[in-house]
Amino acid sequence: MSQKVVDIVKEKFGSVVLETKSEHKDETVVVEASAWFDVAQFLRDDARCDMQMMVDLCGVDFLDREPRFEVVMHLHSIRLKHRLRLKARVGDRDGDEARIKSVVPLWSGANWFERETYDLMGIDFEGHPDLRRILLYPEFEGHPLRKDYPADKTQPLVPFREGYEKLPPFDDFEGMSFGRQVFRSGKVD
Amino acid sequence: MGEITKPPTTTAVLSGSEQGFATTRLDALLGWARKYSLFMYPFVTACCGMEFFSMTSPRYDVSRFGAEAPRFSPRQADLLWVVGTISQRQAPVLKRIYEQMLDPKWVLAFGTCASCGGFYDNYTTLAGIDKIIPCDIYIPGCPPRPEAVFDGLMLLQDKIARGDRTPGIVKPRQDPAAGLVELRTKAKVLA
Amino acid sequence: MEPIDQELEEGELELPSQPMTLNMGPSHPAMHGTIRIVMELSGETIIKTDVQIGYLHRGFEKMCERGSYSQVFPYVDRCNYASPMLNNVGYALAVEKLLDVTVPERCQYYRVILGELSRIADHLTCTGAMAMELGAFTPLLWFMKGREMIYDIMEEETGARLTHSFGRVGGMAQPPTDNFKAMVSAVIPRIRSIIGEAEALLLQNRIFMDRLQGVGKISQADAIALGWTGPCLRSTGVAYDVRKAHPYLVYDRFDFDVPVGQEGDNWDRFMVRLEELRQSARIIEQAVEQMPDKGAINIDDPRIVLPPKNDVYTTIEGTIQHFKIVMEGIKVPAGEAYGYTEGGNGELGFYIVSDGSGTPYRVRIRPPCFAITQGLGGLITNLMIPDVVPTFGSLNMIGGECDH
Repeated sequence: MSQKVVDIVKEKFGSVVLETKSEHKDETVVVEASAWFDVAQFLRDDARCDMQMMVDLCGVDFLDREPRFEVVMHLHSIRLKHRLRLKARVGDRDGDEARIKSVVPLWSGANWFERETYDLMGIDFEGHPDLRRILLYPEFEGHPLRKDYPADKTQPLVPFREGYEKLPPFDDFEGMSFGRQVFRSGKVD
Repeated sequence: MGEITKPPTTTAVLSGSEQGFATTRLDALLGWARKYSLFMYPFVTACCGMEFFSMTSPRYDVSRFGAEAPRFSPRQADLLWVVGTISQRQAPVLKRIYEQMLDPKWVLAFGTCASCGGFYDNYTTLAGIDKIIPCDIYIPGCPPRPEAVFDGLMLLQDKIARGDRTPGIVKPRQDPAAGLVELRTKAKVLA
Repeated sequence: MEPIDQELEEGELELPSQPMTLNMGPSHPAMHGTIRIVMELSGETIIKTDVQIGYLHRGFEKMCERGSYSQVFPYVDRCNYASPMLNNVGYALAVEKLLDVTVPERCQYYRVILGELSRIADHLTCTGAMAMELGAFTPLLWFMKGREMIYDIMEEETGARLTHSFGRVGGMAQPPTDNFKAMVSAVIPRIRSIIGEAEALLLQNRIFMDRLQGVGKISQADAIALGWTGPCLRSTGVAYDVRKAHPYLVYDRFDFDVPVGQEGDNWDRFMVRLEELRQSARIIEQAVEQMPDKGAINIDDPRIVLPPKNDVYTTIEGTIQHFKIVMEGIKVPAGEAYGYTEGGNGELGFYIVSDGSGTPYRVRIRPPCFAITQGLGGLITNLMIPDVVPTFGSLNMIGGECDH
């Protein structure tokens, strides 16, 4: 549906476009990380594309690939009703060197999206006015949405209480002094 | 486990029941006054907040328990309603608010996320508020129905009247298997 | 202290004044989301803000990578917990986009009706809470009454009042009950009358109007650049509604309007939501009329949909189908898709990356109120502290969605 946008981009930026895809009614263009800002600016300013709204910016972690991360940006034109997914690949296997230029000068709405991608994925956005953690607290170490961060590894801010009485297991006749039922679970006469 | 003993009744306020300490008339009076005039501090974070609104709405009316008045300053409140998931980032805030409240104070964990972390077993969720503050009543449910919340509130009022500080948990009133028995017997009749 | 008989110049009488930093903390009386606004004040005027979210970050995206596609539904429900059915439907549509399947027509109508009922619940909560924060308690109680009626229908249909987890990839968990249409048709006129009553109370009230009109203005260009969508964007004059611009399910068969504001202030956001309530009611009435009474709800694809329980216990194919779908998850072919629908706050998008197995590789939720809350700092600069409350309320920041 936005195939012509893909064609326009390929025509103008042929050398930096790594691949294009059109599947499941979505069009995707993968560009080199160095051309990220220029392609985005072109998409916003060119009258045939007119991508006035940056819908989403996120990162995807492919642990077994080099470059490891994919920065994915979804763009949308309200007037022309077409969309595009712009991607770039950054980062080495350890997750360092994941750097890309920030698009905040183009769409002010990219501010929090890039902060969130930095927070959860660890991708650095050069030129971002205020790159700090947004969803997690500043004392948190690591980037949890990466595949090598274990999901249940907590970093508590408040030390847990020690030696308190754990809730005792309740028998049928304890706990509530009213409305009590005795359960015969599993028994069917 | 053996036989089921007769449950202690709640009217024995003065007679010094095994679980309570309200043995004087003054304690009984204080317990009665406190339990029907709980000023709540609604520490509302998440989806349970929607059921919290419903609870304060005309249909399920919390003011009939005397527990409606919200006080948004912890200094003026005595019941801390922890409604919704508490994340690790929110934990110091919750602890601070609990510490700012004046005695006597009670804490009510509204919902599974506040009681035990819910199904958010991850890097960012506090697995239950009793890890950082003592909790008096646990109301399971995701979110709990307002009726379950009132069971919890009545249980808390019961405990306040008796001067009981052991934690309590709300259990379902209706046997979940009861409906199943009915269905199966109906199926047998039809077959 | 200077002696009294000394004459002091006018300039020497200046008191030192620096901006004061005030923290509207994560636990605050406003009835929307848990947020921390650190404000620098000069008197009562706000000169700088730092809006801090993340106090309800529950790791939605990481949780999705640990289960199967169907196990995401409970998590997704709790994102925008004011309108859970819209989240369910949005996510199901995104996965179905990746699978390249379409659900049967009856299911599409069912999803539309339940989704619009959820949207009504969301807008009732938002507008009611806004009114309450300005001191008008009664409209909130009336709107809660209306919301309870919707919850009754949802409880009858899905089993739960709030977090239904009713959507499934390829259909819904259960077909509609027998008196679904009758219940919905009975509730809609009552909700209309409740909206009318509350409007009669609020819209002529001088205080209400003065506190909302002209406060928290944003221009169209700013709103689009920030990524705003939904009622907040429509209040600035941009008629962008995903249901009209990129129709999905059966929305193109209904005749409804998209209310649009002019100024982009709190009043317009409030009025747009109030008007959208009526439009949702219109959609529901038409959908109830057009919905077929018979027909399948789930698509007829054994790789996606669980078989009926009878088949599971009596046939070997049913057992295998059930086993494979539950234990291994729905095998979605490798690829990626961005499925977007109109959520309660705007364009709710799900960007799903699949690696061919039954577990999603990456589920990214594009929360509409994340982009909207971004603008909060700019909106409340140069306003006074009491203006923060209706402005924040009009944005309808749902914590579960914003912090996902």
